[in-house]
Amino acid sequence: MIDITDIKLSNAQIAWRAAQDIEDGAYVNLGIGFPEMVARFQPEGKQAIFHTENGVLDFGKAPAPGDEDWDLINAGKKAITLKPGTSFFHHADSFAMVRGGHLDLAVLGAYQVAQNGDLANWSTGKGDIPAVGGAMDLVQSAKRIAVLTDHVTKKGDPKLVATCTMPLTGVGCVTRVYSSLAVIDIENGHFVLREKVTGLSMDDLQSLTGAPLHTDGDVFDLTCPEELA
Amino acid sequence: MDKTIQTPAEAVAAIPDGATVMIGGFGGSGAPIELIHALIDHGAKHLTVVNNNAGNGHVGLAALIEQGQVDRLICSFPRSADPSVFVERYKAGKIALEIVPQGTLAERIRAGGAGIPAFYTPTAFGTEVAEGKPIAEFDGRSYVQERWLKADVALIKGELGDAHGNMTYRMAARNFNPLMATAATTTIAQVSQIVPLGGIDPEHVITPGIFVTHVVEVANAAQEEELNRSEAVYP
Repeated sequence: MIDITDIKLSNAQIAWRAAQDIEDGAYVNLGIGFPEMVARFQPEGKQAIFHTENGVLDFGKAPAPGDEDWDLINAGKKAITLKPGTSFFHHADSFAMVRGGHLDLAVLGAYQVAQNGDLANWSTGKGDIPAVGGAMDLVQSAKRIAVLTDHVTKKGDPKLVATCTMPLTGVGCVTRVYSSLAVIDIENGHFVLREKVTGLSMDDLQSLTGAPLHTDGDVFDLTCPEELA
Repeated sequence: MDKTIQTPAEAVAAIPDGATVMIGGFGGSGAPIELIHALIDHGAKHLTVVNNNAGNGHVGLAALIEQGQVDRLICSFPRSADPSVFVERYKAGKIALEIVPQGTLAERIRAGGAGIPAFYTPTAFGTEVAEGKPIAEFDGRSYVQERWLKADVALIKGELGDAHGNMTYRMAARNFNPLMATAATTTIAQVSQIVPLGGIDPEHVITPGIFVTHVVEVANAAQEEELNRSEAVYP
């Protein structure tokens, strides 16, 4: 197996890359944990409006330690702040925004993504206590579903697979994957490679991917700010 | 009409063993800690609890579970900074868990309060959560039938309340509270302040009093997050 330690992107770099694609004015839900980092890297002049499923739209950054108000948190139970334009609403309205197709983009983590866009990210199916939160609602209903993930598991197994072996969160829902090695769209039941890190051949990337990588036009270099490495 | 009650203990005194109890809050925000602690003191057992989570640390819902009063939990996300109380009882087979996707949980409660016995949602189609549930196609897309969720009692937390049960909420502490208020036979609300009738601008009422049975004032209510940071344990 090839050693990707030195060429793979950091989580911050993956989040940075995903942030570059978010258009000005987009309504976006960021999953708890890793995807929350996307908010840090919004490009100048592109202002997304973030939704958190516990009932806040268009919130500000984390407060300074000691300034937290625990009635003002995000879905990850972390303290957030108000900003001009913030609104509050109850959970049924929050998921009307989700289920009604009003979100432009949801960004989530993944255990596995299949070539047809199936996503597994809520239960390993191995006896852990399952916890789905809002993921099943988000993946069926936001206009675009982006996944941020390492390209392979800690053991080196592909996370981009032919068919998910873990319990599904949603069927045919993922539209784009930002992995630690590549940017891949899911189109017509195929992985379509758009960008890959430099220093990794097509053959090597394919060997780390559990289903065929298709191309449709140029494959661009996936480059991210070095200081985020 | 006066729905005010003097203490949390009086407010929860009639909750029977075996009741289904909706408890508001998302994590600690909007969690009616004083009402939950009063329910612990009251001692009702074999409860089914509906909440988004499964408690954190050893206060609030976690404490209610730790006291062995909850037989069954319906929630979307039984994880927290310290879910050890729930995890221990779950792994020992002492508490049953029904996982419901968060939006489906909210809508089932909304439907319960609105008299809608079932509805169709795209959420969970094709997953194990949808197994055994009726599927129907509308305009070329498949949807899962989900049923309403109702409760004997809802314990909720608001900001302002009046003697008729009109209520406001504070920031993201609103979450499930207004929904649960509608879906229970008896809704018990703790509020930071009870104001005279007319003290809440009608334009600002989030929960109209028709949905509320009892209102109790709990000034300076505890925040679960702060209790946990001080490693509080209840009782």
